[in-house]
Amino acid sequence: MIGASKIKQYSNVLEKPLSKGKQEVSLSAFAFLFSELVQYNQTQVDNIAELERRLEDAGYAVGARCLELLCHREKVYHIIVKLCVMFMPFWLSQGNRRETRLLGILSFVHSTVWKVLFGKVADSLEKGTEHEDEYMISEKELLVNRFISIPKDMGTFNCGAFVAGIVRGVLDSAGFPAVVTAHFVPMEGQQRPRTTILIKFAEEVLRREARLG
Amino acid sequence: MAPAGPRSGDAIFASVERVNAELFTLTYGAIVRQLLTDLEEVDEVNKQLDQMGYNIGIRLVDEFLAKSNVSRCVDFKETAEVSAKVGFKMFLGVGASVTNWDAEGTCCSIVLEDNPLVDFVELPDTCQGLYYCNVLSGVIRGALEMVSVCPPMPLSPSLFIVFLGLLTSLPCLFDVYICSLELPF
Repeated sequence: MIGASKIKQYSNVLEKPLSKGKQEVSLSAFAFLFSELVQYNQTQVDNIAELERRLEDAGYAVGARCLELLCHREKVYHIIVKLCVMFMPFWLSQGNRRETRLLGILSFVHSTVWKVLFGKVADSLEKGTEHEDEYMISEKELLVNRFISIPKDMGTFNCGAFVAGIVRGVLDSAGFPAVVTAHFVPMEGQQRPRTTILIKFAEEVLRREARLG
Repeated sequence: MAPAGPRSGDAIFASVERVNAELFTLTYGAIVRQLLTDLEEVDEVNKQLDQMGYNIGIRLVDEFLAKSNVSRCVDFKETAEVSAKVGFKMFLGVGASVTNWDAEGTCCSIVLEDNPLVDFVELPDTCQGLYYCNVLSGVIRGALEMVSVCPPMPLSPSLFIVFLGLLTSLPCLFDVYICSLELPF
C-alpha cells in the first residue's frame, strides 16, 4: 500500500540542485510545528533548565545546517565578483565568504541569518558593557515567541532558547564556540518583554581575535 | 448580506503571514532527529509523528475553516479536493492533487509534488520504514475528525493508521491514502 511513483529521483540528495531559498510556508504552519516541538519536549523533561537545553539542542542542529546552506548558496555571486573585480569594485562586498573575525560573524548572524530565517534583520546588536566576551542580539518579539505565553509557574523559561540554539549552531560551526542563552528583558511602556540573545564567547575565540589584531 | 464565497488556496496563501520554508524544513528535521534519538524504534517514531500531526490537525482545521470560507462538503470526493487544493496550499504553499480513487470512492491518494518537509533529507539505511512525513497524515486525520469524518468503531486503530499514514520514504513525492469508511453524507 505504500505509494512510490518516481518523478526525477536523484540517486543522492547532494546531487539535487540547491533551491534559491525563496519558498515560503504560512506562519501558522511553523507556529503549530514549533508548539508541538515544545509540547513534546515538555513531556520528556522534569525541569525548566532541561527543557531549555533540549530546545537549544534542536536549534543547534538548525543553526549548523543554516550556516552551510547560506555559505554555499551565495557562491555564484563570488564568481561574478571575480569577473567584475576590475570594473565594479563595490561588488566585492557581496557574496557570503565564511567569516573569520568576531565582528564579521556577529554581523553575519545579526543580518544574513536573521534575514533568511525570520524575514528581517535583528533589532540590535550590542557589546556587553560588563564583560569583554559578551554580545547581545535583541529582538522586540522573536518569531518563535509570537503565539506563546509563558505561565507564571514556569518562571524565566523562554522558548527563545530555540533561537539561542540556532545562533550557537551557526557560531560553533563557523569556529566561534560560545555559550548562547535567551532572556526576557522587560521594557517600560511595552506589554511584552523584549528578548535578548546573550552570546558569551569562549576564551580561545578572544585569544585568537587578539592575535589577529 | 450575501456570505462571501470560498477563497482559493493561492489567494489565502498570499494574504497570510509567511516564513521562510527552510526554517520550517530544518525545524521539522530537528524534531524527527530528536524523536529518533529518544524513541529509537522507527515504529514508535512514526506513531509519535502521527500523534503530533493529530494535535496540530485538530487546531489547524479551525484556522482552515475560518480563513477559507468553504461551505460544507457534500461528499468525500469534495472533501479530498478541498483539502488538497485549498488546505495544503494555504499552509504549505504547495498545491496537491488527488488521484487513485477506488471504486467505492472511499479511498484516494493526495500527491504533493513539492514537499517542503523533505528538502535536503535523505534517509539512511537504519531508518528504512520511517514515514518521514507522517505528521501530515496526522494533520489530515485530526482535521477530518474534527469535522466529523470518522472511521467506524470496528476498525482497529492500527489498520486506520495503515490506511491513513502510508507514505514513501523517498523525497519528492508524498502519498497519502485516505480511507474514510463512515461518511456522514
